[in-house]
Amino acid sequence: MRIKDQWNEQRIYSSRTFAALLVIGLLSLALLGKLAYLQIIRHDYYLELSQGNRVRQDPIPASRGLILDRRGRVLVDNEPAFQLELIPEQTPELPGTLQRLAALGLLDRDDIEPLKRIIRSRRGFDSVPVRLRLSDEEIGRFAVHRFEFQGVELRARQTRHYPFGELGVHALGYVAAVSEDDLDRIDKPGYAGTTLIGKLGVESAYEAQLHGLNGYQQILVNAQGRSVKFQGAYQPDLRAEAPVAGKDLVLALDLPTQQAAEEALGDRRGAVVALDPTNGDVLALVSHPGFDPSLFGRGLTRSEYSLLTGNEDKPLLNRALRGAYPSGSTIKPVMALAGLSYGIVDPERREFCNGAFHLPGSSHLYREGKGGKHGAVNLVDAVARSCDVYFYSLAAQLGVDRIAAFAAQFGIGALTGIDISGEKPGLLPTPQWKKQAFKRPQDQIWFPGETVNFGVGQGYLLVTPLQLAHMAATLAGRGQSFQPRVVMGERAAGGAIVRNAPVATRGATGISDENWALVLRGMIGATTYGTAAAISKDARYTIAGKTGTAQVYTVAQNARYNEKTVAERLRDHAWFIAFAPAEAPRIAICVLVENGGFGASAAAPIARRVLDAYLLAGPVAGAAAASPPAATRAPPP
Amino acid sequence: MILDDNRDSAARRTFSATARLLSALKLDGPLLVGLALLAVYALVVQYSASGQSLETILRTLMRIGIGAFAMIALAHSSPNFLRSLAPWLYGAGIVLLLVVDAIGYVGKGAQRWLDLGLIRFQPSEIMKLAVPMLAASFMHERRLPPDWRNLMVLAAIVILPAALVAMQPDLGTAVLIFATGALVVLMAGLQWQVIAGLACAGAGAAFVGWRFLHDYQRQRIRIFLDPQSDPLGSGYHIIQSQIAIGSGGLFGKGWMNGSQAQLDFLPERSTDFIFAVIGEEFGLLGLIVLMVLYLFIVSRAVFLASQSSGTFARLLGLSLALTFFVYVFINAGMVSGLLPVVGVPLPLISYGGTSVVTLLAGFGILMGLYSHRKLVNS
Repeated sequence: MRIKDQWNEQRIYSSRTFAALLVIGLLSLALLGKLAYLQIIRHDYYLELSQGNRVRQDPIPASRGLILDRRGRVLVDNEPAFQLELIPEQTPELPGTLQRLAALGLLDRDDIEPLKRIIRSRRGFDSVPVRLRLSDEEIGRFAVHRFEFQGVELRARQTRHYPFGELGVHALGYVAAVSEDDLDRIDKPGYAGTTLIGKLGVESAYEAQLHGLNGYQQILVNAQGRSVKFQGAYQPDLRAEAPVAGKDLVLALDLPTQQAAEEALGDRRGAVVALDPTNGDVLALVSHPGFDPSLFGRGLTRSEYSLLTGNEDKPLLNRALRGAYPSGSTIKPVMALAGLSYGIVDPERREFCNGAFHLPGSSHLYREGKGGKHGAVNLVDAVARSCDVYFYSLAAQLGVDRIAAFAAQFGIGALTGIDISGEKPGLLPTPQWKKQAFKRPQDQIWFPGETVNFGVGQGYLLVTPLQLAHMAATLAGRGQSFQPRVVMGERAAGGAIVRNAPVATRGATGISDENWALVLRGMIGATTYGTAAAISKDARYTIAGKTGTAQVYTVAQNARYNEKTVAERLRDHAWFIAFAPAEAPRIAICVLVENGGFGASAAAPIARRVLDAYLLAGPVAGAAAASPPAATRAPPP
Repeated sequence: MILDDNRDSAARRTFSATARLLSALKLDGPLLVGLALLAVYALVVQYSASGQSLETILRTLMRIGIGAFAMIALAHSSPNFLRSLAPWLYGAGIVLLLVVDAIGYVGKGAQRWLDLGLIRFQPSEIMKLAVPMLAASFMHERRLPPDWRNLMVLAAIVILPAALVAMQPDLGTAVLIFATGALVVLMAGLQWQVIAGLACAGAGAAFVGWRFLHDYQRQRIRIFLDPQSDPLGSGYHIIQSQIAIGSGGLFGKGWMNGSQAQLDFLPERSTDFIFAVIGEEFGLLGLIVLMVLYLFIVSRAVFLASQSSGTFARLLGLSLALTFFVYVFINAGMVSGLLPVVGVPLPLISYGGTSVVTLLAGFGILMGLYSHRKLVNS
């Protein structure tokens, strides 16, 4: 048995116990230091974090502004509808949930992937709409299977309502679910709780005014995001802010005029644009065929969308702003003014039209568009009867540069600056343009013959219906021109309409009153004894007009047309521009009928109906004529 | 005066009666008072943390009852008996750990539990007592401080069960088992130079080992060391617990008024993270009261151990007393963000598990060693 050294052991215990207590003391101090740091120095910071944890901000969407016509008639309003919304953090298994919704027929399979991307880009507790505007039958179908869809809720939300359906869709635009691209350009927090965003026309261009400001309501939540009653000692200051409703927009559009234009165009492809020449107000804007804007508001499936985009009549194309066509003879009043202004034509001198024109030293014959001979015609007759030979000769004498410079004063080849987006500038051809546009040197030369064609609005010249309406308005205003505007102002809280000031543009200057009068005589002649004489029948006002026929050279190569439609699609486009009353114009109009054939017979009668609708309606009678469904605006929840 | 005297003597009589009872039970009065106060604190906090669950309170009371029974039973055991029990307990513990590995009940993603039908229990808990007992009894017959050969044996005694538990994997318990054994060796007077050398060797091994690890393994260790780098994953716990503690401030939000705890933001709030509930609801003052209670219990336990007689009794007693502090420090440090997150409960406060029983059994051993001191001396 070994003898233990008691004294040594006692010494070891004492020193080690002392060391251990020292370590315990130091560690306790370190812990105390950390706790004091957390609970005293950083107390405010952590208190705020703990408050932020338990308080969630629930958005209250602002009511979207209404869209009214120029007399306050409701064109677009809001109505409650049920939609399916998904809260990502409460959905246990996202891909499966979406698949099962698709299996129930409540979701298009093609929409699943884009939806997933949208859901990923949102915060976990933000409700994402997966399907807008359910029908009663669909609501029932979902209700039966509701228990299978944790995190998916049926919610009543305000959606957009278009009481007149397709009417003016290319001007009004439509709303659709906020897309990934939208998320990149909008203020995301400002759109929390907003499901629909303007996509076209006024809905898109005036999105900021229409949308308003969303409000919010803070609520207490637990870690799962569920609303709870728990208060605790630190009563959080639950704030709420009421939403600010979007502005009600007053359009320049006149509902009866728009309706007349839509009806007159019928199911033909084409466009009608009517402007007020004194201020640029867009009184009517039609592009046919159109589409039902509410399709998008209820959530268009991919297949429905491809049906629209695949349609050979291109219903999504806004022909009024984006369709570019040769102007045909509608350019002739401007040509006549150019000839007069540059002193090239003597208005009284009669040229002899034998049905064809040739440049000196060339045997190529430029024929009358519709054959025939006009005999001896002066300038007024040439405009009224649309004599091509007269204008071939005039154009050849003017030269391309002077024609282009003069036409530019009437807005040809430039954007009109209309307040909705998507407008195309068309093409005002010049020798400089040709040099840049073509690669091969032999194509870059401007030929004298091209100037001759320019004189009757053929060749490279391309215009949009909006541009021709703008040109007609500039002619009506004797050179005075304004930026076309679809939106005239806003409806203030009391119901009073606040009008924006019209925006004047440069217009055409330096043209003498005699010259204006001569061209006006020609245009009145066109509707009295000239090409469009038929439309003045029984008119209670004087119409100044000009027909046009734009040749169609080719049919798009990849288009699949049958023979019957090929023949139809190769027919000329019919134009008609006009303003009335000729003495003090209140409306200028442009009508395009694609493949309509002759302008006088296809386009001019449409213009007459629109002019009647606008000019013959009494100041109040118009308001009573159209009775849209009562405007609904639900108060914010 | 007479009346006063009488009352005085009545009080003294009551006091001495209590002292006699405690002495008969071989329990230590001050330590018992400290433990009782802690138990009351535990019940108060658990009631709030569990969302006013009476069932939780009853289960905790039941565990305290079982623990108290174990404490009284072990307080009666003589050091000699405990010393002879040590190898058997240790051996049984190792066998049970191997059994758990083989057929153990899968709980919380790790094999820790053994289902005995009526109760489930963790064999690793046994090792928290068996390791210091065997280590202390090994040194009892040898000279202090341990020489190299003895150190090797001690290392084997400590590392074998710690490694088995770490593989379950239950890192928290493995750390505690290692601590109880290591504390025996440290208290046995292992030379400071050797301690420093071992520490350096450990650091060197870690450095070399790091270079041989795969990237994903390194990433795991990085997240383990810095939970803030993974705020929604493993870092979520520690971020939420710091918010809870910090938002409590000096005086706390009040009992059952902690929003972090009551609204489920704080995970594991009645078990491993209950320290944060105290910090949120009772503030820094509540935590200081808790720490004072703990330090009182630890110092009383150290005092009892240093007063016991015999190498075995002193080494075992000091190890158990100091391990209790290690327990507290690891949990408080992890919840407050001072240490990486390892699953160690706050001793006697956290709800559940068998640790209450083991801890009270440990204090029973301590009290027994102290109360048997004269018998050994004589």
